[in-house]
Amino acid sequence: MNATTALRTYLDFEKPILELENKVAELKAMQTEGKGPHIADEITKLEQKAKAALADTYAKLTPWQKTLVARHPERPHALDFIGGLIEEFTPLAGDRYFAEDEAIVGGIGKFRNRSVVVLGHEKGADTEQRIKHNFGMARPEGYRKAVRLMELAERFNLPIITFVDTPGAYPGIGAEERGQAEAIARSTECCLRLGVPIVTVIVGEGGSGGAIAIATANRILMLEHAIYSVISPEGAASIIWRDSNKKEEAATNMKITAQDLDQLGVIDAIVKEPTGGAHRDRESVIIATGNAIARMLSEFDGKSAEDIRAQRHERFLSIGR
Amino acid sequence: MNWINNVVRPKISGLLSTAKRDVPDNLWVKCPDSGQMVFYKDLEANQFVVPGSNYHMRMGSQQRLQHTFDGGEYRVVPVPTVQQDPLKFRDGRKYTDRLKDAKAATKLDDAVLVGEGELDSLPVVAAAQDFRFMAGSLGMAAGEAIIAGMQRALDLRTPFILFAASGGARMQEGILSLMQMPRTTIAVQRLRDARLPYIVVLTDPTTGGVTASYAMLGDIHIAEPGALICFAGPRVIQQTIREQLPDGFQRAEYLLSHGMIDMVVHRHEMRETLARVCKLLMSGVQATKAKDTRKMNGKPYVNGASVDSKVIETAARESGVVEPEAVPNSQRFEPGKGDKPKRDEGGSSTSANPKDAPRGA
Repeated sequence: MNATTALRTYLDFEKPILELENKVAELKAMQTEGKGPHIADEITKLEQKAKAALADTYAKLTPWQKTLVARHPERPHALDFIGGLIEEFTPLAGDRYFAEDEAIVGGIGKFRNRSVVVLGHEKGADTEQRIKHNFGMARPEGYRKAVRLMELAERFNLPIITFVDTPGAYPGIGAEERGQAEAIARSTECCLRLGVPIVTVIVGEGGSGGAIAIATANRILMLEHAIYSVISPEGAASIIWRDSNKKEEAATNMKITAQDLDQLGVIDAIVKEPTGGAHRDRESVIIATGNAIARMLSEFDGKSAEDIRAQRHERFLSIGR
Repeated sequence: MNWINNVVRPKISGLLSTAKRDVPDNLWVKCPDSGQMVFYKDLEANQFVVPGSNYHMRMGSQQRLQHTFDGGEYRVVPVPTVQQDPLKFRDGRKYTDRLKDAKAATKLDDAVLVGEGELDSLPVVAAAQDFRFMAGSLGMAAGEAIIAGMQRALDLRTPFILFAASGGARMQEGILSLMQMPRTTIAVQRLRDARLPYIVVLTDPTTGGVTASYAMLGDIHIAEPGALICFAGPRVIQQTIREQLPDGFQRAEYLLSHGMIDMVVHRHEMRETLARVCKLLMSGVQATKAKDTRKMNGKPYVNGASVDSKVIETAARESGVVEPEAVPNSQRFEPGKGDKPKRDEGGSSTSANPKDAPRGA
């Protein structure tokens, strides 16, 4: 615990928790030096206090704080979920037109004894990986690869699981030149056309069109502190408020949290995160996510391709009606 | 480009009002391209194309539909009403107030206007997005309008023409605006399944979530000269990569040379082009339809089931039918029986017996 405390990235609003945890660590160090038994009580008390503060803070995160949690560098990313949930994962690469885009990872593998196709935005865990995966911001090739893999799934009758975690599609010259908009539109269209079930989990940031391209699913799950939005709070602040300091107000007004989206009927279920967020206990959140996916997928067992397609269409057409 | 709107907006809204025009007829408009000054009246008469420079100015949705349909006549296709301001959004001002203003200024219900009528005598349904209405942004109302328009084309079995113009998703409706991307895509798929032409005309500007959904899924993509068509706008890209953007980047001609659209068409030739394209595609559709009504080439379509279907006799018919021939046991090939000619061991009985070769071959 002490070692991870030292290494963990603390968000600004977590500072009081950090202080408590540091104090506990100090006292524990003193205890090992043998400074008397009365410290043990003090340690337990402080530990409980830190725990309570953490639970308290995370029970009432503001939408902006959730945005920060959703972007937390230690939050499990797509490859962590794939690593924890998919056996025999075989990554597949390339859009067969132009390039391999590692912002979207994908492949085939086994999820709880059934073969599946998996797709996900990968942000990367360290600087090198982040650059390799372009911070989870896909170019047209990423979406065209997604289409390719989804068509593969359709051909071999494999369910599709997607993990969404992207700030948005990459805004660059090359991306525009090669038809970013068209690539996203085709990917959304492909999702809608398939006769195999698609289950999407918004695990971190669901960034606009870049997200919807692989999130047009039969069932959409969202982690408790994930966000899903038409534009980032910063983007909305600078465009609508014309003031980048209004990002907290934007985050609240835009209704971007899992709880908001559940109320609006955009998502189907929320996967609870451990106290203090997914990054404090990655393993348990990955297992919980797996359980939720399994439950959602089982609902489509024995359903015909027409029924699965019709359910997906109905699901989206009914939003807002 | 804000100043263009500022110049043009009062004119157009004045034009739209049924009351007496409050726009002076001698008002000048400056061409954003060449800087030349043109009479508003001349501009209007020229479909808002600046006569000297051929610069295509933005156009209101009512005028757009008028210039598309025969005789400028069309019937407005009704669109289901949607929940106003589902998020109770406010950014200093209430979203409902902004909506009210936009409605008053444009005399429109929302950013998309759908009409049905005839285009060179061919029945069509057409929708036009109006950039004056909150930057033509795609929200729930606009999404429903696109879906209703496409459904109308399905019901009437006509082509659907879309004039796209949009700054992207309506941010004041948050995630519900994003949801219009898959929703409208479902309607596009239905048109496609029904084999009805879906023609997209990309006008200045078509950006963001609109480009990334229904506006890039047409059977044929036409753009107006100089139109900005993109996913991420030039300013966003410049802020991200911090380098100079290439000349003509994200303009219609750039998209044409990069394979994203089929053609760039001058506004004066738009009607003729649309009519031709729709008719060419529809003639195929109508031939398919004829099959359904059990007619083909003017004759009943029988699908091989008719008793009195005429069969064309050919010489091949006589010779092509191979009659089964009774082969006496003594002549049958039996491996291991050595009393038959051995020159064709393992061969089939046909090839062993030259007289059984297909007659007339």
